[in-house]
Amino acid sequence: MHIFANPARFLTIARPLTPWLGWIGALLIVAGSIGGLFITPPDYLQGDSVRILYIHVPAAWLGMAGWSGIAAASLMQLVWRHPLASVAARAMALPGGLFTAICLASGSIWGRPTWGTWWEWDGRLTSMLILLFLYIGYGALTSATSGRQSGDRIAAIYGIVGAVNLPIIHYSVLWWNTLHQGQSIGLTSSKIAPSMLWPLPLTMLGFTLLFVAIVLMRMRAALAEGKVEARLRRLANA
Amino acid sequence: MKAKHQRLVLIGLAVAAMIGAALLAMSALKDQAAYFYTPSDAIRDHVEAGRAVRLGGMVADKSIKREPDGITIRFIVTDNAATVPVRFTGITPDLFKEKSGVVAEGAFDASGTFIATNILAKHDERYMPPQVARGMHKTESLVR
Repeated sequence: MHIFANPARFLTIARPLTPWLGWIGALLIVAGSIGGLFITPPDYLQGDSVRILYIHVPAAWLGMAGWSGIAAASLMQLVWRHPLASVAARAMALPGGLFTAICLASGSIWGRPTWGTWWEWDGRLTSMLILLFLYIGYGALTSATSGRQSGDRIAAIYGIVGAVNLPIIHYSVLWWNTLHQGQSIGLTSSKIAPSMLWPLPLTMLGFTLLFVAIVLMRMRAALAEGKVEARLRRLANA
Repeated sequence: MKAKHQRLVLIGLAVAAMIGAALLAMSALKDQAAYFYTPSDAIRDHVEAGRAVRLGGMVADKSIKREPDGITIRFIVTDNAATVPVRFTGITPDLFKEKSGVVAEGAFDASGTFIATNILAKHDERYMPPQVARGMHKTESLVR
């Protein structure tokens, strides 16, 4: 990570990497979606509505991974004072919040035909909604304090504290009786039939690459903006 | 100790304290945050008649009976340890069926029957094509 302490070196790697990640991600999303919508069989119980899975699960993963990234970057900012850490954390907030919202919306649409309800206040749904509120709060905090050192630190502390919600989301279906079903995919096993599972890694990897591409774009934009501001300040002082 | 190590230790302690506090809060919430009572919970806690609660479990096999009025059904919710008879008037979700998960909203009446005002279907975490499902039993997973 220390090699990226120099923003110029970071940019020489990020600039060519962004389109590659974006396009490969888009390609994987298209391939996974075609597989999930047209090739996989319908579920024995839910029929075709199970196909929302191929969007819902990646969105949930990136909503949570996004906040994990914010927390990790915040830690690097507070402990190691890495110059790019706060830029990275801020860049992850918008796409992370967006994927959380997509997860909630697609889950709601999925819940209506299967469970018979758009929304219920069960442990999984509620903790995921809290994650969305955390993202909104992070966005408000960073835009209210942008450009100030103390503001950066407050945002970093908020990013680390908010990570407490991540294990709660993950274990909500184990700790409490919930309407949401238990975990389908573990690290080593899956309760999804192989004939229905295969497009899921494609869309998950695809959305993840797209997420990284968006984060890199936003980081580059933030660095460019910082450079413009510094130059304007120098001109004003001259 | 270098300054960055000091910061690392400090933040590590803060995070450990935070996680501890969150775990304590969650274990205190354990009962309140439960989305539904299982039949065993409802009997153990003596849920009083008339209090609005949710009841969750499996619909017992061959227990759904339709009353002559055509829209009222009776069925039995089980968690393999206890059972509760349920009465419901209205439209059920498509996934509501015998040997499948259900969450009923309503209240117990004086005789111990659960009068449901709304029925939600709860499915499990397994997904499979119809031809695979035909070859296997699809119960057990909701009852831990």
